[in-house]
Amino acid sequence: MTHINIATLEVGQEIGSTEFLLTRDSLVRYAGASGDFNQIHYRDDVAAAVGLPGVLAHGMLTMGAAVQVAVNWVGNAGAIVDYQVRFTKPVVVDPINGAVVVVTGKVGEIDAENNVVRVDLEAVFADTKVLGKAQARVQL
Amino acid sequence: MVNPNVQGKKYPATDPYLVGREKIREFAHAVQSTNPMNLDVFAAQAAGYTDVIAPPTFAVVIQERSLSTVLGDPDADIDFSRVVHGDQRFIHARPIVAGDELVSELEVSSVKSLGAHSMVTFETKIYDATRELVCTAISTLVVRGDE
Repeated sequence: MTHINIATLEVGQEIGSTEFLLTRDSLVRYAGASGDFNQIHYRDDVAAAVGLPGVLAHGMLTMGAAVQVAVNWVGNAGAIVDYQVRFTKPVVVDPINGAVVVVTGKVGEIDAENNVVRVDLEAVFADTKVLGKAQARVQL
Repeated sequence: MVNPNVQGKKYPATDPYLVGREKIREFAHAVQSTNPMNLDVFAAQAAGYTDVIAPPTFAVVIQERSLSTVLGDPDADIDFSRVVHGDQRFIHARPIVAGDELVSELEVSSVKSLGAHSMVTFETKIYDATRELVCTAISTLVVRGDE
């Protein structure tokens, strides 16, 4: 199915790393595309009123962008058969500079019998991991 | 506090959602996908799909339709302004493809208390027009209580 030979993979091996720039424009675009119009994702006054340090990226935007590292590795979005994350820290998006989230994927587990690889994703914003237990199972 | 008695409650299927090709492209751009399977009909068809396929997290759009029913259910008593997304999972039987007509059925799989807070886990099953399971979406919301 793919160009990746499971026999050549090793647990811990890095499969890719991508920097995602999330700007206020990105949040508005994601709000429209997903239908999540929670105002904490585009209004500073609302974010402040509920005690947040600023406008936050949608957790689902961070989740959706992070998995692209695994998608780009395998070459097919349809190969991601199981994907989970825990939202551990918020991504605060500066109105001018945005926020840079760096996502790195590593081979976490190899299931040679079923030709499935678990890719563990680490998403870092401002030196802090923002996703916990971010795991994508990739069908090779 | 979330009503613990809604644990196990099932909500009826949502109205069918027709997945559009341009909606998939719009969502793909929003999550910064450059994968041709999400964007290019010919690439998707060459890979054996009938049309472009959705990014792995697109199922959230369908899940949301079921979740909004629960959030509007006075029986569940969930204060949306106090909700924080705790975790999310999508288990795909197959990718979502443009042209799919999808319905979702949600069950409240658990309600737990953590001090003043509640953790509610929802399991949403997404089916196509032939009633084949496409995706199971599992979402945990944390509802903050009074401090």
